[in-house]
Amino acid sequence: MSTVAGAPPVAVAGAHPRRHPSTFTVYRWELRKLISQKRTYMGLGLVIVLPLFFVIFQNVHQRHDRGAENIFASQITQSGLATPVLMLLFLSVFMLPLAAALVAGDVVAAEDGNGTLKTILTRSVNRGQVFAAKTLAAMSYAALAVFLSAAVSTVAGVISWGFHSVTTFSGSVVSAPEGLLLVLASNAVYLIPLMAVVSIGVLLSTVTRNSAAAVVGTLGVVILLVIVAQIPGLEGIKPYLLDEQFENWHGLLRTPTDWAPIIHSAWVCALYAAPALLAGYLVFLRRDVAGG
Amino acid sequence: MPAASSVEEAPPVRARGLVKRYKEVLAVDHIDLNVRAGDVYGFLGPNGAGKTTTLRMALGLITPSEGSVELFGRDPLREGARALDGVAGFVEAPRFYPYMSARKNLELLAALDGDDARSRIPEVLEIVELTPRAKHRVGGFSHGMRQRLGIAAALLRRPRLLMLDEPATGLDPAGMRDMRLLIRRLADEGITVLLSSHQLPEVQELCDRVAIVDSGRVVYEGALADLRRQGGAGYRLRTTDDGRALEIMSARRGISHAQAGEHGLGFQADEADVGSLSLALAHAGVGILALTPELATLEDLFFRLTETAEHEAPPPPAAAAGEEAQLVQAR
Repeated sequence: MSTVAGAPPVAVAGAHPRRHPSTFTVYRWELRKLISQKRTYMGLGLVIVLPLFFVIFQNVHQRHDRGAENIFASQITQSGLATPVLMLLFLSVFMLPLAAALVAGDVVAAEDGNGTLKTILTRSVNRGQVFAAKTLAAMSYAALAVFLSAAVSTVAGVISWGFHSVTTFSGSVVSAPEGLLLVLASNAVYLIPLMAVVSIGVLLSTVTRNSAAAVVGTLGVVILLVIVAQIPGLEGIKPYLLDEQFENWHGLLRTPTDWAPIIHSAWVCALYAAPALLAGYLVFLRRDVAGG
Repeated sequence: MPAASSVEEAPPVRARGLVKRYKEVLAVDHIDLNVRAGDVYGFLGPNGAGKTTTLRMALGLITPSEGSVELFGRDPLREGARALDGVAGFVEAPRFYPYMSARKNLELLAALDGDDARSRIPEVLEIVELTPRAKHRVGGFSHGMRQRLGIAAALLRRPRLLMLDEPATGLDPAGMRDMRLLIRRLADEGITVLLSSHQLPEVQELCDRVAIVDSGRVVYEGALADLRRQGGAGYRLRTTDDGRALEIMSARRGISHAQAGEHGLGFQADEADVGSLSLALAHAGVGILALTPELATLEDLFFRLTETAEHEAPPPPAAAAGEEAQLVQAR
């Protein structure tokens, strides 16, 4: 700044009210921040590599005696559309929640730790906007992880075993285009419990102010509920546990479509997500930002 | 929401009875601040005095345990981002996204500022001389470059009030000089500056009004010139017979702290007593070779105010002290 004296004058604002940015603008920049970080790609890499690894492994070690296994496992080499269903089955319990938790648990805590939260909170955006944008960004990321995994599984499966009709859980055969739609719909329905996981992650990220604790804590909640489901005598609460909702999409792969588990999971997941988001929002609104 | 006219007329910063407690620790203890439009206001205090906590409360980053603060008549806690219109700055070191370039960081902040902030990016980069490094990642920036980027980010908002927390900390001498020049220039252009610092020469050079805090309390708020006068109107005297002059001074009322030093005699007195002393010296046949007023330095006063165990008042207030200068007695 050795020539500051000769630098152009700095225009000073008048007292007119400033035009403040929309929440969508804040959300867009949250996405750009995610895109700019290497760690964002860790979770995405995981959900891409695993389906590829699965397909390659199946191609190398082809087995045809799968009659007693899952119906989609038994037709893995008959239709490429069985692959995304199987992958959703495998990844839905831990890997996709892990990918979602990696970002949801980090989204507030990392900024708090780096001190950038105070940077953005001294601009022309309200805390509510920032919280909403961060939550939406974490949810968008989780959705991207799910559909990326589905896309990679589908493409890899179809390349390996063709775009053929597929048999659903109820034994009825659906055409390949209809099967593809069901794959998409299944992944979309799976987002319901995953958004609840994201909500818990955002809450923990806001409360703990520590990325690692929030990520581990989010997964801890999921694992804890799996353990609770195994405790004898607690069968009654099983339908209301979050991990049980990870299978809600099975209803779509039956003929006729079984909407009951989907509707059930929607309100059960809302019972997890809404209090978590509300608590996270209130904490974020009132917290002291002194980090960094 | 306050009416537009009252907001426009309201002072840039007005804090009343600010208190911040962290469990048993009282970080800020009933602080009042009055920053007026056009001030370059120094906010001084030793480490841990409560300066940064006060600035955080002013910017709405933390909630006061008691009291309130208004920026141009608006409370950041009640009015959120709206209260920060026309306000910019940073608390502690400015923080950026290390994985983004300087320009990308400014684009992000401009997006969060709304208005025409984005169009000002080249201009503010030019002001802080970071244009050649605009495409470089902030992660590789030196401390000084980040401080400059912090100023650039603040200027994006076309502030009427600039709140800077230790802006020269960690800068080399040239960087400190440039920072002072920049702040001076911004003040000359009409921006009110609240400068938190413990760089006393910087404050003495830049600021016209100061608040000195210690242990969470304001021990002085007012014009810097008044403070220096309150610190004692000191004089340095050289005569043809310093020994005789010292005898005469010691015998006169209104002359205090008379002592011989390496460069003559030093004493404190108000102007009227100095006048009568000069006549008395002449009457006694002692010639005056030099009589020069010496104001206490800010550093002297700062240490007197902050190192007095009981926070007692500094040396006797001079009669010339301004009405608005408030010497806050220890409670």
